[in-house]
Amino acid sequence: MTDKLVVRNLNIAFGEKQVLKNVSITFPDQKIVALIGPSGCGKSTLLRSLNRMHDLTPQAMVTGEVLLDGHAILGAKVDVVDVRRKVGMVFQKPNLFPKSIFENVAYGLKVNKMGDKNLIRARVEEAIKSCYLWDEVGDRLDKPALELSGGQQQRLCIARAIAIAPEVILMDEPCAALDPISTLKIEELMLGLREKFAVVIVTHNMQQALRVADSTAFMYLGELIEYGPTTEIFNHPQHELTQRYIQGAFG
Amino acid sequence: MLNNASHSSPATTNQRRHLQDRAFKLLVKAAALLSVLVLAGIFFLLIWNGFYMFKEVSIWEFFFSSEWNPGALKNPQYGIGGMVVGTMLVTIAAMVLAFPLGIALAAYLSEVASPLMRGFVRPLIELLAGIPSVVVGFIGIVVVGPFLAQTFNLPNGFTALNGAILLAIMALPSIVTVAEDAIRAVPRSYREASYALGSNKWTTLIRVTLPAAGSGIIAAGVLGVGRAVGETMTVLMATGNALEVPDSLFDSVRTMTATMAIEMGEVPFGTTHYYSLFAIGATLFIMSLLFNLTAEYLAAKFRRLS
Repeated sequence: MTDKLVVRNLNIAFGEKQVLKNVSITFPDQKIVALIGPSGCGKSTLLRSLNRMHDLTPQAMVTGEVLLDGHAILGAKVDVVDVRRKVGMVFQKPNLFPKSIFENVAYGLKVNKMGDKNLIRARVEEAIKSCYLWDEVGDRLDKPALELSGGQQQRLCIARAIAIAPEVILMDEPCAALDPISTLKIEELMLGLREKFAVVIVTHNMQQALRVADSTAFMYLGELIEYGPTTEIFNHPQHELTQRYIQGAFG
Repeated sequence: MLNNASHSSPATTNQRRHLQDRAFKLLVKAAALLSVLVLAGIFFLLIWNGFYMFKEVSIWEFFFSSEWNPGALKNPQYGIGGMVVGTMLVTIAAMVLAFPLGIALAAYLSEVASPLMRGFVRPLIELLAGIPSVVVGFIGIVVVGPFLAQTFNLPNGFTALNGAILLAIMALPSIVTVAEDAIRAVPRSYREASYALGSNKWTTLIRVTLPAAGSGIIAAGVLGVGRAVGETMTVLMATGNALEVPDSLFDSVRTMTATMAIEMGEVPFGTTHYYSLFAIGATLFIMSLLFNLTAEYLAAKFRRLS
């Protein structure tokens, strides 16, 4: 088992507000890691630092290290575009572009100039198929993507993310806006993604972490409290805060 | 007791509130009705007076002849073709200048500029809209016109291009503000999705943000066109007012608005010439109405999308 992403002593502050406090954690390849914790604990911030989305917040102050395959990805000298090409992301709400189904999945391939027309078409098809969406949209790729249902949209977002062949997939509460059936489909999909990618998922849903995650990290007030195999975290939490959180004592 | 007095008769209080409510509704309705009546009045005045002209002049001659000599004693001519071409030429040239510049400025303000810079630049652009058109025309006479004459070696600077440059400056504020609002209204999540797929700021702007703001941006352009078509004083002062069909941007043109402004003061009341000026006004009115309706339609469509 190789470590895909290594986070060392990461501190992030937005203005006066310290959101991450000296967090160190490693994410192995071909595993799913769930980040859990109450709102405002910094789990989304940690996730977004893994592909430099915090760059979009101008007042973010960052110290510490994030290594992807041993190479630093923080810092001004690093090519952000390259990092984001390797570390894909799926957001809380489906955020497809107001373009056709095909154009949405092809977008990343086109802006990264990954192949000619035929190759792009083949890759779009492959990505949609591996998200179990082909049967549903294969015959109407030129239709507006925003006409799809919420669950289909989110699966298409995943297809869009994996089309450019990233190495890591980050998911920020990907099922928060979905119904239970769609949620199950996404989870099934995640388990498939694990074969190829390192997957990191932020979730508020304890059951979801139990169902899909190999390891789980519990965060509280910007600190990493406990991190270990999911069954251990849920059955034998070492820390009192963890125990109270997974029992639903606060949230 | 004082406290008691104010609560003593809830019925009267209720009645008073009810009355206030009705009075307010009536007032607002009257205001709305008044503006509709004024608009309808202007419209019918133009149409009615313009209509008289067609007793003497054929529709064909009016729109498609470019011979305009309505004051002649023998054989007066009423063709506005030259003016329509002049108006369109100046307007289109103004848009070619103002539209790309306006969209670029809007993109800069919403995507690139720091909040401080934006707080400085945007009011400045909005201030441009406040310059009286006669002042802009004056600048055309003393600055832009002579500059054009010198640069392109023309006998004088009173050309369609001069008018177009000035109109571009005047249309810029409405284009920038409407387009910037449209770009800002594009959900942040679109940009995030684009960045997360490994595209940079420029690609995101060109391929995601601007297309998503599309109809709002088109609305901005159409509003700019409406502003340029209807402008009078500036073009009157800057374009030389020659009554010919222009061959190029370096020719002098006379717009429809300028014709009305120049001739209305001297035309004898009730003549065909008099009515023909109203007909020009009606044509302009319908043109800008169409532009504004299009802009409104596109803007509404955009609001639905976002």
